[in-house]
Amino acid sequence: MSPLITLVLKRVGLGVLTLWVISVLIFVGVELLPGDLAEEILGQNATPETVAAFRRELKLDLPPHARYLAWLGGLTEGDLGNSLANGRPIAELIGWRFANTLFLAASTAVVAVPISIFLGILAALYRNSLFDRLISMATLSTISFPDFFVAYILIALLSVQLLLFPSVSNINPQMSLLEKLYAIVLPCLTLTLVVVAHMMRQTRAAIINILSSPFIEMAHLKGLRRARVVVRHAFPNALSPVINVVALNLAYLVAGVVIVEVVFAYPGMGQLLVDSVTKRDIPVVQASGLIFAATYVTLNLLADVFSIISNPRLRAPR
Amino acid sequence: MAFLQLLRESPISARIGVAMILFNILASIFAPLVAPYGETEIVGDVWAPMSAANWLGTDQVGRDMLTRLLYGARNTIAIAFATTLLSFSVGIVFGFLAATLKGWVDQVLSRVVDIMMAFPTLVFALMVLSVVGTSIPTLILVIALLDSTRVYRLSRAVAMDIEVMEFVEAARLRGERIWWLMRHEILPNAMPPLVAEFGLRFCFVFLFIAALSFLGLGIQPPTADWGSMVRENAGAITFGIFVPLWPAAAIAFLTIGVNLVVDWFLHLASGLKDYE
Repeated sequence: MSPLITLVLKRVGLGVLTLWVISVLIFVGVELLPGDLAEEILGQNATPETVAAFRRELKLDLPPHARYLAWLGGLTEGDLGNSLANGRPIAELIGWRFANTLFLAASTAVVAVPISIFLGILAALYRNSLFDRLISMATLSTISFPDFFVAYILIALLSVQLLLFPSVSNINPQMSLLEKLYAIVLPCLTLTLVVVAHMMRQTRAAIINILSSPFIEMAHLKGLRRARVVVRHAFPNALSPVINVVALNLAYLVAGVVIVEVVFAYPGMGQLLVDSVTKRDIPVVQASGLIFAATYVTLNLLADVFSIISNPRLRAPR
Repeated sequence: MAFLQLLRESPISARIGVAMILFNILASIFAPLVAPYGETEIVGDVWAPMSAANWLGTDQVGRDMLTRLLYGARNTIAIAFATTLLSFSVGIVFGFLAATLKGWVDQVLSRVVDIMMAFPTLVFALMVLSVVGTSIPTLILVIALLDSTRVYRLSRAVAMDIEVMEFVEAARLRGERIWWLMRHEILPNAMPPLVAEFGLRFCFVFLFIAALSFLGLGIQPPTADWGSMVRENAGAITFGIFVPLWPAAAIAFLTIGVNLVVDWFLHLASGLKDYE
């Protein structure tokens, strides 16, 4: 087997292991609750019958390892249990919202990735110029603003003053794709601004790092044209760090949607997680936390795998 | 005094940053003296516009916005600072331990940190808070613990570099104990990167608490705090009233100030001279 495949398989194995440990952590976290979960949540006035029913519902009457196996078994079959708040199956609650969150994240990625790579490369090529400084200033201030500040400024400008876009992104399955896209313009723009700032800075740093390496200087000294140096020498080596930057930011996006979804009342996973935490609806929190973690770990894994595959140094046999 | 000396040679951006931070610190220390009203005192109409009596207008129940901002500075900054201090103490101790003891201690600590970092911080914090409930001590503990993973990584890496130097070896041969090594040999030499990181982590923690409060899961009302002030007043914006922008701008103001100073520190620590 080639060393490349071994390396990739190792990473995948590590990802699966991480996910498994996270599932144990999520499960044990609830176990470690001081006192009894049932009484904690139902309050002191709960009758013994309600407490008993609640314990049965959460399978608290079983020993911990049996409960963990039952929970994990349910997960693999797509059965996530029932919500405590309204008794509906969690899979039903999550399915549609997860698709919505992915829709928002994907739309943002389509806009943000090309812009930030383009700006990052430009800033790196013309570094320390006026253009580079302007961009650095702009991105630094965007990073310093909390996500919800950016969101409210956009609402104030584009929704309240100019009446261009809706300030509430309430989408439903009956809407056409175009209507949905129109509804998510503002959340998408907010996320784009935040992600572009991070991604652009990291792209710039990665490219500058490559441009200052000895082999690029060598190429210049050989008298090659600037365009050839950038395309043939710098680009293949820059691909791996840039892919890494993109994937890491997509992973960041998955968690970053939480706040933006709350601001724009967008029916996604983030909104669901925050609501369930407020209601202390533990099974929903566990399930959605695990889904967030799985997405995050998968994206980080993809980042690793792609950067291994695209790195000329790792691809070549030692 | 050495700091004043440094400041005299600093670029203008760093001076602005220092001034911005000082302004915030003074505001939070002297909040009860400067604030025109009490923290939770209701002084006027809901969302009254700016006037001589309420310089920045009033909030969603008619409390003075300026007063709330000043008290908010106090609560928000104090909590973020306590959290960052705690996260640094934990992170540095474990990071240095891993670097000096190596072996299985390092392996165990590093794998635990890897797993914690493989999880989005906000989601992790939300899940923990859902179980333990929201109060200021749990908030500080949970965020400090999550954040100490980043500090651990940095201090371990820095200590690894210092640990192989001759003077540490000499101290070790002298028979000094591990705590002494960490405290007197490694820590002083690890200070510059750790100080810069402290600024960055403080910003992160500060924004993080603001985000949690904004989600309604951080600092609870009626305590004034910038994140929850944005949340409570958010509805105003659809009526064309811009009060939520004040606390949000205050958050951004402090973060930019700290970032400006951190940039200067990083530049000093890196020893680069080529860039003015």
